[in-house]
Amino acid sequence: MLTFTIRRLILSVPTLLFIALVIFMLMELAPGDPMAQVPLTVPPEVKEKMREALGLGQPAHIRFFKWLYQFFIIEPMVFWDWLWGTTYTEGVQRVISWQTRSPVMDIVIQRMPQTLWVVAMAYIVGVLIALPIGIYSAYRQYSVFDQTGTFVSMIGFSIPPFFTGPLLIVLFSVQLGWLPSIYDTTHVVTDWASFKVQFMQMIMPVMVLALQTTAQISRYMRASVLENLNQDYVRTARAKGLSEAIVVMVHVLRNSMIPVVTVIALGMPAIFGGAIITENVFKVNGIGQLLLTALFANDIPMVLTLTFIFAILIVLFNLIADVLYGVLDPRIRYD
Amino acid sequence: MTDATQINAIEALEDKEPQKPARSQWKDVWDQFRKHKGALFGGGFLLFITLFVLLGPLIWQLDPQKLDIRNKDIRPIYTWLWHGDAKVAWNRPLGTDNLGRDMLANMIKGGRTSLAVGWAAMVLALVLGTLIGVLSGYFKRLDGVLMRFTDLVLSLPLLPLLLVAVTLFRQPLRAAYGPEGGMFVLIVGIIGITSWMQTARIVRGEILALKEREFILAARSIGTTPYKIITRHLLPNIMSPIMVSATLGLATAIITESALSFLGVGFPSDFPTWGKMLADSVPRMTEYPERVVLPGIAISLTVLSVNYLGDGLRDALDPRIRGR
Repeated sequence: MLTFTIRRLILSVPTLLFIALVIFMLMELAPGDPMAQVPLTVPPEVKEKMREALGLGQPAHIRFFKWLYQFFIIEPMVFWDWLWGTTYTEGVQRVISWQTRSPVMDIVIQRMPQTLWVVAMAYIVGVLIALPIGIYSAYRQYSVFDQTGTFVSMIGFSIPPFFTGPLLIVLFSVQLGWLPSIYDTTHVVTDWASFKVQFMQMIMPVMVLALQTTAQISRYMRASVLENLNQDYVRTARAKGLSEAIVVMVHVLRNSMIPVVTVIALGMPAIFGGAIITENVFKVNGIGQLLLTALFANDIPMVLTLTFIFAILIVLFNLIADVLYGVLDPRIRYD
Repeated sequence: MTDATQINAIEALEDKEPQKPARSQWKDVWDQFRKHKGALFGGGFLLFITLFVLLGPLIWQLDPQKLDIRNKDIRPIYTWLWHGDAKVAWNRPLGTDNLGRDMLANMIKGGRTSLAVGWAAMVLALVLGTLIGVLSGYFKRLDGVLMRFTDLVLSLPLLPLLLVAVTLFRQPLRAAYGPEGGMFVLIVGIIGITSWMQTARIVRGEILALKEREFILAARSIGTTPYKIITRHLLPNIMSPIMVSATLGLATAIITESALSFLGVGFPSDFPTWGKMLADSVPRMTEYPERVVLPGIAISLTVLSVNYLGDGLRDALDPRIRGR
């Protein structure tokens, strides 16, 4: 198992390099000059200086390798310095945002907690709702509960988050006035009252994101439990006189979680993509919103770095899914 | 005695008429499909909405772009039911927006664009996916390369890349094909080339299984060329998974287009699509909720019906499930 994990880790390096190249080339091939907004009265030699100051003086391949070096060597070293208070990166050039003239990673680190809170909470809530629904609708197949569950999850698939978001805002913030419509990221939790405020403002973004997760995962769970309920070992367990609760919640559940866990791991990157829309609706200033503003401001280093961070997340969770599959299911041997 | 039984047997074989009327494959498919109420509803609604956006402009001949400031902010006719003094007008059944543009005409026009983008992107993704799937399933030499490539594309962050690509390539394509045509080509192309991977994987799996069957061996032994084997023997046999992934592709393409429009990188704002209309009316949705709800419901119902249609097709086209 360890060798498999190491092999997969090594294999993911060329994948990531390829993705970095694709993203970089996309930006490179795109027309659009970062100097377009500079007034025409600025003389060309000054413009040339400005281009060089932005790091645009060199040909594309050199800039690509410089960016790779900055991203993979310099930024981890900066993190190391920050962690242990050392000074290896004193005066070293980092990836600089064209918008704010500050290092990209600093802004990303600022924005990351908001996204992680909302996204991770949404995912956990979604999974926690989905699992019991999936188990019960498989256990009572074709019952009213199952039919309703199928219908609701079909709707959950079909209604896009940019529609449910505004709908919830109109309903709960405007008409009923129960929940705030904007996520206040400067809010600090200190006591019970402020925790309640934090909880209230997280309900809507989390529920919007969780709806899609729930719809998807409850379907997988149902199919997986259905498959296991007809197996011989279930009959054996019942014949031994085990109670229904133990049969379903221990024997069947464990076996049917195997494929579902990998689906959960694989769905994680997709929900980061969904978070771009949800953050836009609820005005959460997370990394999705950062990507959008950077795009509109033509801030290439920021867009490049953020997109690559999304790519790393996808590759990482694919790897986790593969490894989990092998760990959970003893029948699968990679070696 | 032996003579008599023989004669009887031969007579029994000489049935002139078949006992039951002949059943074709498509009649079986239709019978199974009809049992799935959701799929029937989905297919019906998709047909209705397609006819609505295609024939709508012939019946409702108002120009969706016509500004009519005097008649701005008219509410839909049904608000009159609970709001006796609401500003409604019978010649504007779904009301008008803040510039006096007719909502019904805009819904028709927007639906036309949304559905056109959805269908075109789906067809593009399907052609690409089937091509890559068939090539890597049939030709062993290409398999490794193409499947690694598919895996690589699958691990690209798609929504961020879509945003990046649309923002960066908007200007030149607009210059080349005009503001509307350019955006259409860009969005269809970009959705198409980022959503073929699932189809390719499914097609490859089916081809790998089919390739080893006897009828392919027979076809090859009489000297059929690979091209003919693929088009005459393999492709007709994998129509059902292709059609199912087509419906899924249509649903995702419509949602993706609306999401791009919602995030402000889609079509220009004087060129309505359902997603664009929804996004444009969000700031004033407390006063005029219908402007968000109508396009939102249109998108959701279309996608829902397409999903149900796919569900029904999967059951109907699978001969192992059919007849049960």
